[in-house]
This record gives sequence, structure tokens and C-alpha cells, in this order.
Amino acid sequence: MAERVLTYNTVSDRETIKLGQKLGAVLKEGDVIALVGELGSGKTWFAKGIAIGLGISPGTVITSPSFSLLNEYEGRCTFFHMDAYRLESLSDFISAGLDEYFFQDGVVAMEWADRWLEILPDWRVKVEFAIVDKYLRKIALSGYHARAVEILNGVQQQLD
Amino acid sequence: MIILGIDTSCDDTSAGVVVDGRQVLSNVVHSQVKLHQPHGGVVPELASREHLKNIMPVVSESLRKANIRMRDLDGIAVTVGPGLVGALLVGLYYAKGLSYVHNIPLVGINHLEGHILSIFLEEESPGFPFVALTVSGGHTSLYHVEGYGKYTQMGQTLDDAAGEAFDKVAKILGLGYPGGPVIENSARDGSKDRINFPRAYLSSDSFDFSFSGLKTAVALYIKKWRESQEEAEGVALADIAASFQEAVVDVLVRKVMGARKKVGVTSVVVAGGVACNDRLRTSLNEAGSSRDIQVYYPRPEYCTDNGAMIAAAGYNRLLNDEKDDMSMDVRSKYPIQDLPPFP
Repeated sequence: MAERVLTYNTVSDRETIKLGQKLGAVLKEGDVIALVGELGSGKTWFAKGIAIGLGISPGTVITSPSFSLLNEYEGRCTFFHMDAYRLESLSDFISAGLDEYFFQDGVVAMEWADRWLEILPDWRVKVEFAIVDKYLRKIALSGYHARAVEILNGVQQQLD
Repeated sequence: MIILGIDTSCDDTSAGVVVDGRQVLSNVVHSQVKLHQPHGGVVPELASREHLKNIMPVVSESLRKANIRMRDLDGIAVTVGPGLVGALLVGLYYAKGLSYVHNIPLVGINHLEGHILSIFLEEESPGFPFVALTVSGGHTSLYHVEGYGKYTQMGQTLDDAAGEAFDKVAKILGLGYPGGPVIENSARDGSKDRINFPRAYLSSDSFDFSFSGLKTAVALYIKKWRESQEEAEGVALADIAASFQEAVVDVLVRKVMGARKKVGVTSVVVAGGVACNDRLRTSLNEAGSSRDIQVYYPRPEYCTDNGAMIAAAGYNRLLNDEKDDMSMDVRSKYPIQDLPPFP
């Protein structure tokens, strides 16, 4: 299947959260989101939005998983918020057991997923963040698998 | 009461033997952080596999150093959360095995309680109540501590931990890892007032923290600084390091002092890896002495993850007849408010 790409601009953290929320709202168990972008580009803000979209109570604080590698939250389904920032090699990733979460009952969002994008399942949706200026971020959502396309259509419908 | 404490909640495998929750006989840490990474790299092996490899030698070494035999132990305390499930399981199952085979009481410990009580491993420690700041790569939280087992979280980071901001900024500056010591070193030659980086105080009555905006501001500044070296008017890398460090320190000091004032205590405990930062200590001590506030810091080996602090926490729980059985499980999430109160 051909790759489908949606591109949006956000001008604040709040808007980045809102876009993440739209994505979170259409996710279900087994979905995998690959978050890609440099430091400060908005990956964790977007993940906060996914959490809200997954029905995790707004009072729950979604913090950066860079140090802990994995944070878990309960919403409509479990949300596994992962981060490859501290990992040096694919073998670190696998020996930490993080690959197992792709096949558990929950939604996975992984920061710094471009390190080893190939190990993420085919049905992943990639979200790429580019820093345009102090506040403006260009955010591109893409995927090619049937499930990924379904998710992207779901996001687009909400924004039309 | 002689307690063995075991912690495998994150990168390090650690075990310590402590008498009556205060006197440390041994504290052994198998650190997986290599200090001299060739490319300023990060943590190499974090795996449960590594904990498996290390747990037996680390526990044996802690007993040998303490000159204690297994049958001398009155209890085993083990971290059950929060942390990575795979990593926690190694410590818990090893502890269960020891407890079962040698018939020693076992108690599961919240890692955060370990950090809060780590100050009691020092000779100089405060009486209750006090305010505790735990600040490291993984945590930035403020607690009102009214007694053993009586902890109320007053605030926490809403995004990045302070230590994480140090690590990430150090990496952008090409200074290596871990970020705390390398930034601190570099900052010594710089001017802390050279660049006015943003301080996120949030609302005046909030004791939460936010370091992600600061991290982004520093990253954007460095990008521009690198692109326009000539125009940067002699701003040195050390100035950036010092100005960044000062922004973190300012926020931590103001929040700690604000929290202390709010609950009306005169003692403050600062634990966790970032508590080793000299600039933070100087600034806290200055703020404290002008208000007659005593600030306490555990020594560095009790600030980072360690088994001795888990033994200290375990002592108080075992003393209260709290015991866990073989059905005890790990908890990846374990907020401190979920801790069982003391009877």
C-alpha cells in the first residue's frame, strides 16, 4: 500500500497536545506510534495529547520517560509511553524487554523511534516533528499499512 | 536489627546491610554507567539480563563487606516499585528466594520512600516533620514528610526531571555523560548571569516543576550560537552551562523554600543525584541560613540508587510488624500516596 501522509502546523504546546488528542481518540489496543524529532520539538507534549485521547484522566501527569524508559498509564486501554533516548544499541532495547510491549494489550508511543524504526511493527504510525521557529512546529503523520491508513483517515475526519 | 536491602529498579544493581535503619555496614552498587564514554554516549546496558548477572555477586559482596552471614539477618527489604518491571522482578525474586530458603522476614519497599529516608543513614539528620526534595534523572518531587510512612506529595515535574535536563543539555553541548557533573565543571569557568534562560515557576501557589521549556530554550539558543559564532560576542560554552545551571537551581531553591514555608517546617532534605550539585547546595544553604532553615543532604553514594536506603526503609516497616509473603508482586507504577500507612 502507498504511504499516506498528513501534515499540520502547530503554534503552541497546547495545539500540539490537541493534535495528539485527535490521534489518541482513534487508537486501540495494538497500535504503535513512532515519535520522531529533535530535542524540544514537542514529542512529549504530543504524547500528553495521545493520553487524553485514550481517556486517561486529565489529572494524570504524563512525564518524560527518557530516564525510566517506560511509563504506563490506564485509560480506555493501557498506554505504554516509551523512550529510546538513553539506549545506545538495538540490543539494549531488546535486552531491556521493550520490544515485548508492541505485542501487549495496549497502545505504544515511542519517543526517538527513528533509532531503529525497522523494529517497530509495519502498522506503526510515524509522527515527525520539525522545529520551524521558537513556537511553530511542523508535524507530519504517516503510515502505509492498512491499519495505519485507517488511523490517519480517522484523524483527518476529525479535523475536516 | 540487621537488614539487607536490595534495589534493582533502574540501571544499577545494589545491595546494602544496615543496622537499625541507621548504621551502614555495607553499600555495594554495580553501576552500569560508564563514566568515560567515547562519544559522550549514554547508558550502555540497562537490561534485566545485566541485573541477573550482577545480583548474586552484589548481594554476596554486601554481606562479605558487612562481615555478616545470611543467618545473622533479621530481615530483607527489596524495592518493588516504581521502575521497569523486568528489572524489578530480578531483585524481588532473588529476595524471595533468600527469604524462603533462610526463613528471613521479607518486606517490599517503595523506591521513593528509600530516597526520602536515605538522610537517616547520615549521622546528622533532621527530626520530623521536614520537606524533602528528590531530584535526579528520573524524579523531581517535593514531599511533606511528617513521620515514617507519612508522606504527602506537594509537587512534581510535569514533564522532564531536573537531572534529565542536565543530561540533555550536556549532550547538546557535547560535554558527555552524566550531565550533572560535566555541566557543573564547565559552569565553573562561566558567568551564570550571561544568558537569561526562562525559569518556569508556574503559578505562585504551585510546587510543581517544568524543565522542558528551559531545555528547549537552551537547545534553540545553542543552535543559534553555533551558527553565528562571531556575533555571539564572546559567549563561551561555559557561560551557557553556568546560565542553564543557574536557571535550574533558581527554580529548585524557590520551590523548596516555598514548600517549606507553606507547611511551616524548619528542616529540608535534598536527595537524589542532582543533590550532589555544588551550586545547588551553595544556593540552598544561602537561602536556608537567611531564614534559619537547616538543609540536609545525604552523601553522594546515598543520593544515587542504593540498597542501604532500601534497608533503612525496610527496618522501619519490619519494626512495625509489616511483612510481605511470597505472593508479593512488582509495581511499575507506585505513587507514594499508595504506600501502606504505618499501623
